[in-house]
Amino acid sequence: MNLVEKQLYHAPRNNRYILLISAVLVVLFAWSITAVNIENLEQSGMSIAGSILKGIISPDLDLLLATGTQGVAYLLVETIAIAFLGTIIGSILAIPLAFFSASNVVPKPVAFITRLLLIFIRTVPALVYGLMFIRVTGPGPFAGVLTIAVISIGMLAKLYVDAIEDLDTSIFESMTSIGCTTFEKIRYGIIPQLFSVFLSIMIYRFDMNLREASILGLVGAGGIGAPLIFAMNAYRWNEVGSILIGLVVLILIVELTSNKIRTKLVRG
Amino acid sequence: MYDKIFPPKKIVLASGSVVKEKRSRTPIILVLVIVGLILSFRFTNFDFQQLMSRWYEFFVIIGDMIPPKWEYFPSLWQPLLDTIKMSILGSFLGAVVAVPVAFLASTNIIKAKIITMITKVFLSILRTMPTLVSALIATFIFGLGTLAGTVAIFLFTLAYVGKLLYEQIENASMEAFEAMESIGMNKLQAFRYAIFPQILPNYLSTSLFCFEGNVRYAAILGYVGAGGIGLLLNEGLGWRDYASVGMILLMLAITVFLIETISEHFRKKLT
Repeated sequence: MNLVEKQLYHAPRNNRYILLISAVLVVLFAWSITAVNIENLEQSGMSIAGSILKGIISPDLDLLLATGTQGVAYLLVETIAIAFLGTIIGSILAIPLAFFSASNVVPKPVAFITRLLLIFIRTVPALVYGLMFIRVTGPGPFAGVLTIAVISIGMLAKLYVDAIEDLDTSIFESMTSIGCTTFEKIRYGIIPQLFSVFLSIMIYRFDMNLREASILGLVGAGGIGAPLIFAMNAYRWNEVGSILIGLVVLILIVELTSNKIRTKLVRG
Repeated sequence: MYDKIFPPKKIVLASGSVVKEKRSRTPIILVLVIVGLILSFRFTNFDFQQLMSRWYEFFVIIGDMIPPKWEYFPSLWQPLLDTIKMSILGSFLGAVVAVPVAFLASTNIIKAKIITMITKVFLSILRTMPTLVSALIATFIFGLGTLAGTVAIFLFTLAYVGKLLYEQIENASMEAFEAMESIGMNKLQAFRYAIFPQILPNYLSTSLFCFEGNVRYAAILGYVGAGGIGLLLNEGLGWRDYASVGMILLMLAITVFLIETISEHFRKKLT
């Protein structure tokens, strides 16, 4: 037996573990297949798929290029406004929550309770929040802004916490030793460390919120979602096509720019 | 561009050399953000007074949800399992199909630029489609029910895992791959033995993470008729039966928490 073979047999074998995990996966997979009911499959499906494709390829150009309040451009701007304002409000609300759930800032029990609260905030689907806020403000984009603000809190706070827990605390000791006040410690010790990370997280969330804002129209909370759903339910596929094209182009542009800004922020 | 309008500050050092200090860009960014805020306030009819005078309405629904309707539990069981099944099946298939797609999208393996371009654009378009919209389209094609939801989750997983995977493949170290190609393996074999082991832990961890999110997405897909617990959610909201909605949300929160805990355990093991 030469050296290479010896090394090969030396490698830890966890075949049994891998086998077990694979078996569990296969069982789960088989179990989950039972959920798919093919009886509902309609024969007209293919023809509908064809007409959807046709609609997307030949979009309603009047709608796509219209400048009025019914045009795609206005709806997209409204969607951006909802996402932008919602992200700003949400990221401000998330800051205190994040500090309250960081285990190196507050005692463990407080952090744990805040974390549970955040999980609950995160689990409630956006559409449910939308309906709740419509009670407050009536249908319209204002409800959308508040909804986006609340649904972003969960994830923003979670990501903020990671940044806060990574804080370099040795700086505070040196600042204490040269006689800084608490305010100075926050201003020159904490904010420079957190600001760029928080900003990068906010931009990332804005990206996601744009997608969320585009479906809030489903419950009447403004944005491009409502016309999209109406057009779909009325089988006006070329209108669907023009709205989807506008949405996809907008999201791609925002994603590209936000990625650029974020790499710049992270690299300094 | 910016430096031309606001010329950088010049500092003459003691040695006579001139150092340029670029002007801070913070003011212009601040102005842009404020303009954006004002425009957004106007576009969305933001009304602070209304918020102040009617905020308590928000808690009316929450108040109605407590206490949740416990008797509702037995009839929730089946749709909840359906939701989990939908997300398992969709995530599993999506993650598996993502491997060949990511293979085709990596510029360091496929040399034909046109193929990688097309695959990347395809993945981007899939990713930008909101899940609810693709689910709605799927219900038109596959009929109402869990199949449409599974397809929507499948597409989202494919796009998400596919994107992260091709980025990892492009960042993988190519030395072993080149060595294997040079001893006469074909691309697929070299990929299998040189690149795949490198990306495997990350791939599994991404897929698990995506699955976690998918459970949450799957819960609302029923809202457009794509099966699962969202159907009941829609019904409860429609009838303003908020006690049942509270029960659904409670069950959902518990399920999501359990699944997140399990998958986090495995993801920690993987890294």
